[in-house]
Amino acid sequence: MLRLLQIEFIKLWNNRASKVLIISYFVLLTSIALIAAIKFDIGPVQFHLADQGIFNFPYIWHFNTFVTALFKLFLAIVIVSMMSNEYSNKTIKQNLIDGLSKKEFILSKVLTVISFALISTIFVFVVSMILGLVYSDYNEVSIIFSDMEFLPAFFLKLVGFFSFCLFLGILVKRSAFALGFLILWTILEQVVFGLLGWKVMSWESAKALKRFFPLESMSNLIKEPFTRLSAVQNIGEQIGENMKFDYHVYWYEFLIVIVWTAIFIYLSYVLLKKRDL
Amino acid sequence: METILTVNHLTKKFGYLTAVKDLSFTIEKGNVYGILGPNGSGKSTTLGIILNVVNRTSGDFSWFDGTTSTHDALKKVGAIIERPNFYPYMNAIQNLRLVCKIKDVPETKIQEKLELVGLWDRRNSKFRTYSLGMKQRLAIASALLNDPEILILDEPTNGLDPQGIHQIREIIKIIAGQGTTILLASHLLDEVEKVCSHVIILRKGENLYTGPVDSMLASHGFFELRTANMDQLQELLEKNASFGKVENFNGTITAYLKEEMDAESLNKTLFERGIVLSHIVKRKESLEEQFLTLTNNN
Repeated sequence: MLRLLQIEFIKLWNNRASKVLIISYFVLLTSIALIAAIKFDIGPVQFHLADQGIFNFPYIWHFNTFVTALFKLFLAIVIVSMMSNEYSNKTIKQNLIDGLSKKEFILSKVLTVISFALISTIFVFVVSMILGLVYSDYNEVSIIFSDMEFLPAFFLKLVGFFSFCLFLGILVKRSAFALGFLILWTILEQVVFGLLGWKVMSWESAKALKRFFPLESMSNLIKEPFTRLSAVQNIGEQIGENMKFDYHVYWYEFLIVIVWTAIFIYLSYVLLKKRDL
Repeated sequence: METILTVNHLTKKFGYLTAVKDLSFTIEKGNVYGILGPNGSGKSTTLGIILNVVNRTSGDFSWFDGTTSTHDALKKVGAIIERPNFYPYMNAIQNLRLVCKIKDVPETKIQEKLELVGLWDRRNSKFRTYSLGMKQRLAIASALLNDPEILILDEPTNGLDPQGIHQIREIIKIIAGQGTTILLASHLLDEVEKVCSHVIILRKGENLYTGPVDSMLASHGFFELRTANMDQLQELLEKNASFGKVENFNGTITAYLKEEMDAESLNKTLFERGIVLSHIVKRKESLEEQFLTLTNNN
């Protein structure tokens, strides 16, 4: 296993573009701390974002995992190109001839994806912990460590998304087209949802079905955190809007994403196995 | 003798096209094999199948004693097929390190192999800056990293300039001299003739001949003869049961033997019949002539 990771590391780390993207990704993950510095001071109106409760435990787990997940696109580029470049350089052929089995080849990519997700999760955990300890109004241990399910949700969200990227890289074999396909797929899920609700079934059933779409199920793991903020809740109460949404992460949501991840990895393997190089 | 590779009734179809048809052969340790065949005769496809990058339609093959899986066996094989494929953004050392990791061998051989192919001075240049000849030599260095039991080369001199071709052939000769089994696919006959002891001849995916280069045709060679009275000579030879075809072309008679006969006894026989030769040469067909005979007549 270590050998497979080392192989992938040599390939990625000697590529300048990948190196720059990976480093910028982790810098961006850390830069979420900069939100704390957002401060408006216009005469009588004083606004300090860090004082609005976004760094309160346990809310911070939700907020930070949601915001940092937006940066995953950087790694998506790296992952799609690390897969499709193997085709365009024909190095996949040489790898197999040199004695890597097709299974090992896929496994080395999957292990890399898991490592990326794991390191990201640890990063987010550490950054959030520090931010929380500095700014949070509540510092009891029981509160700090509550609502921790957002971290495994974050991890799984990344693994699922990156597996999808891997699959697209193998399927399309060209990084630019694969990324285009990724965007197309995102739009397609919304279009299908729209069509279903409009023509085929009720909006309720369409919404229920939408949760099973691959990308939708991944983003559904961590729902938007903004309406949970007390400031936003206050405004909602004033205008009489019901803002009581359900933010929790449920086991079946995990299960849907796990199933999709397994499907994408398996399909990548089948594609590789069936194709003549 | 130790067997390196056994191929049994291998078939590969691409849609309607049959690229390899019921192909069988074995590779024994220590020989230098040439796979010969015109373009599109299935050479590269056959190599692709035994190297795990092309899926077979039917038949099977086994490496060594048949107990190891193909990808593990390939760790003991060095192979280059078609163009050299490396990571363009990495230099020679980085690329070879990666190969060492894949083959699970220590990195200690990198310098030795780069020196063998004459690339040690350029070890820190990125692969994409290399000329085609250098790329091909790096590929050979990479294939040799594990001191392979067998080296497989597919058209190794394709597209190279004369100097590059010469360099590659010298390297192949050195490797063959060290007793490594070599399987060389080529359509360049003089290349195969120079280095190979055994040949496998393919045409349209079928095996026409497998065996030593010398006994490719059941042929006893031919005579080239000249004398003052050509008509009389031709008539005499045509009556002789030892000869098959007799041709008179450009003032030289070429007579093909049906059974073994040396030049001395022919000369003596003809002299006794009153024919004095001004020119007598006994020759065997060149590999090219044998190859063309085989691929055309079957």
